[in-house]
Amino acid sequence: MELTLWTYEGPPHVGAMRVASSMKDIHYVLHAPQGDTYADLLFTMIERRGQRPPVTYTTFQARDLGGDTAELVKRNITEAVERFKPKTLLVGESCTAELIQDQPGALAKGMGFDIPIVNLELPAYSKKENWGASETFYQIIRTLLKDKVNEIDKINPQRWKSLGRRPKVNILGPTLLGFRCRDDVIEIQRILSEQGIDTNVVAPLGSSPQDILRLTDADINVCLYQEVAETSCEWLKRNCGMEYTTTIPIGIKNTINFINEVHKKLDLTLTNKEELEHKSKLPWYSKSVDSNYLTGKRVFIFGDGTHAIAAAKIAKDELGFEVVGLGTYSREMARQVRATAKNLNIEALITNSYLEVEDAMKKASPELVLGTQMERHSAKRLGIPCSVISTPMHVQDVPARYSPQMGWEGANVIFDDWVHPLMMGLEEHLIDMFKHDFEFVDGHQSHLGQTATNIPDNKKNQDEQSNVNIKENKSVLWTESGKAELTKVPFFVRGKVKSNTEKYAISKGLLEISDETLYDAKAFFG
Amino acid sequence: MQALKIGSKYFMSKVELNKEAGPREVFCGLTSIVWLHRRMPDAFFLVVGSRTCAHLIQSAAGVMIFAEPRFGTAILEEKDLAGLADAHEELDRVVNDLICRRPEIKTLFLVGSCPSEVIKLDLTTVAEKLNKRFLGKVRFVNYSGSGIETTFTQGEDGALKALIPLMESTNDKKLLLVGTLANNVEDRFKKIFNNIGISNVESFPPRQSTELPKIGKNTKVLLTQPYLSDTVRDLKHRGCEIIYAPFPLGVEGSTKWFLAAADAFKINELKVHEVIAPLANRAMQALEKHTGILRGKKLFLLPESQLEISLARFLHNECGMELIEVGTPYLNKELMGAEINLLPDNTKIVEGQHVEKQLDRVRASNPDLVVCGMGLANPLEAEGISTKWSIEMVFSPIHGIDQAADLAGLFSRPLKRNQILKSETLATF
Repeated sequence: MELTLWTYEGPPHVGAMRVASSMKDIHYVLHAPQGDTYADLLFTMIERRGQRPPVTYTTFQARDLGGDTAELVKRNITEAVERFKPKTLLVGESCTAELIQDQPGALAKGMGFDIPIVNLELPAYSKKENWGASETFYQIIRTLLKDKVNEIDKINPQRWKSLGRRPKVNILGPTLLGFRCRDDVIEIQRILSEQGIDTNVVAPLGSSPQDILRLTDADINVCLYQEVAETSCEWLKRNCGMEYTTTIPIGIKNTINFINEVHKKLDLTLTNKEELEHKSKLPWYSKSVDSNYLTGKRVFIFGDGTHAIAAAKIAKDELGFEVVGLGTYSREMARQVRATAKNLNIEALITNSYLEVEDAMKKASPELVLGTQMERHSAKRLGIPCSVISTPMHVQDVPARYSPQMGWEGANVIFDDWVHPLMMGLEEHLIDMFKHDFEFVDGHQSHLGQTATNIPDNKKNQDEQSNVNIKENKSVLWTESGKAELTKVPFFVRGKVKSNTEKYAISKGLLEISDETLYDAKAFFG
Repeated sequence: MQALKIGSKYFMSKVELNKEAGPREVFCGLTSIVWLHRRMPDAFFLVVGSRTCAHLIQSAAGVMIFAEPRFGTAILEEKDLAGLADAHEELDRVVNDLICRRPEIKTLFLVGSCPSEVIKLDLTTVAEKLNKRFLGKVRFVNYSGSGIETTFTQGEDGALKALIPLMESTNDKKLLLVGTLANNVEDRFKKIFNNIGISNVESFPPRQSTELPKIGKNTKVLLTQPYLSDTVRDLKHRGCEIIYAPFPLGVEGSTKWFLAAADAFKINELKVHEVIAPLANRAMQALEKHTGILRGKKLFLLPESQLEISLARFLHNECGMELIEVGTPYLNKELMGAEINLLPDNTKIVEGQHVEKQLDRVRASNPDLVVCGMGLANPLEAEGISTKWSIEMVFSPIHGIDQAADLAGLFSRPLKRNQILKSETLATF
């Protein structure tokens, strides 16, 4: 039993719903009690979808349990097939139905329908949402393609040459409720088509069972989100020899690496190598003098595996930040996240508990947090700027404008989204320069909004916020000169200077902190 | 024409009662934790359930939590089900951790869920044991908010029913308002009752879980919410007298509600009118700007909160809307009798749901406004049908005469917005 106050991922059948809702001509009969229908609002409210998810819930009740719930399942399947006329039917159960073991998938298969039926067994007590999405996508592909893969020859990625056509790829992994998937797909298709590469099928997002049957027409697969598509890509590789890409095209370097990988796999010559460096504004914006102040900014990163790893690489190599924390809630990707962290000389945090993440964030005292919506809240409480880089989705993560994370435009979006929450370089200097002027209001907030440091105490005590105050160290005293000097430190680093100085004083066994101690500490920490 | 048994008397009503079964699109009782934990800030709600339960509550609770919440889920894992771990011991451990972490908790609700009910986890026994161990520090009560037994607001019914055994007995004469109210509404009600001449007025649930009202044979219970069937039954067993009345939504409902209370306390009707008349006049003026938009518009209510019948009565009688269909997840004829009496002839009430067939009827009847759950709202809007999400009714202060215009505003706003967005000015720019 695990105490959970808030969870990054839903149950695995929500992952199945993400796949089903992303596709066309598919219906999902979910053996589940009433209440589980809440999952519809994730799509209709958060994604603002104008269609209901294609899901029929059996909504069994306590009084049905004494009787024949299997009959109830069959009735719902019959009605759903008649009403929605799907080309493929998914049948599965949520956590409660798993316990009563009606085996709805097996029931459906015995009902004599002439459409493919995908039996989804998603263990709700050990697995989570992303795993459920991955398994569902894989089961759909396996069910629809298992006969076909036995008939066709192994797919040579370079066969496009002998077939006398342009190379074709599938883009696998994007789903509804995936972070900026809608726009990533457009960006990646644009990048590929610039290289003379066609898109065969995008799936699950926007695809139909008919499209899944066409997957084997492509030369290779692009695995866009490992969390959802890696299992499927592996199966297609094993069964039809289809190669797939492993580079995730987030950030300039990895977008270029991705383009190279695609070319290498297809044995296609890359003709516009020099151009690629100038496709995005990120490299120049990062080099321009105002960005000097970004150097060594301490950044704390937490999110799903794909986006957390990508963020760490961009932060370090493309923006010149110092990564002081890296973690993920995606246990399936723990190994890769640990490896990335090791390269940065830090230890990865693998957890489902947002309170653990908040603690780690506090300890790392970052200047910028890149996280999920929950880290945005934690960072707000701690007065640290934050940008959201990963699911779980919030209505704000589905912006009206084109806003990918991948490719060239994705890099532009990332530069803006990560840098704007920080104080702009010139602005930072100006505030420093004018802070002794009488017009200057101490605690000037630039555009950062109200931070935790200047929320009045009475407000802080409301809403259980008292437990987030950083504990004051009572063992060292600040002298008058020390206090006076501390007030001259710009407000936005004052908290850090204070705690560093106290840490320094304790380590040196000092009982008092004077102005000189403050400068000693400054010299010590650099 | 159908005969209804209301309390001990029969009465004739021309409403058309239908029952429907099939797939439903409603929240389960766990959702009521979202408002209950706000009402009683010294209580914690621990759901014993699955990841689905945890995900449901956080999704219904406005999708994000801004601080450490006063509700959580003890998520059952495979080893709990396989009997490798004694689920009762595991729950003990989780509760211990929780109480160490949140020492300010005074009452801990152990809330049963679909999976805990199906595996027959005995939360009553667990609560008894914990009560002994934490005697004097934390009280434990348990109830079920499972979707196999409860719909949405019925979770509150379960929680209140679970508190009744903890309420001490008294013979003091008092009026007990039962059902969660917004604090400002509760204060207004108490003031008005005072002016009417009923001074000993208490609320259940109280603002602090430890300040439970005492009850007994001189307690007269006036319901503020229609979904409290089980709570009412147990209050009756404790000797309380139930005052049957329409619910305090709108001017008419609230007036009749005050009158029913006054009648039970043998206070002259004229006194009530004297106190209420100025409020009612003011409220009816405020209502006008909404009724202008709502009058003559066709309304379809899908089932969810059990507030539907009272809302239909208000929106028809006071706002002039036409009722196409009034859905309700469950119909307690005894508690709803007074409301049904006030509905127009031939009102179609549907208890239960077959969501697909109901949506077919929605489309066929061409309504101007549909009251529905959040899962259905945007899809209906995309079809060109205006909607109002029903969950807002349980999160907003809508009770009482002073709130009548605000309540109407919840329904007029989507219609007004559509008028604005459809207007020529926008189209020509």
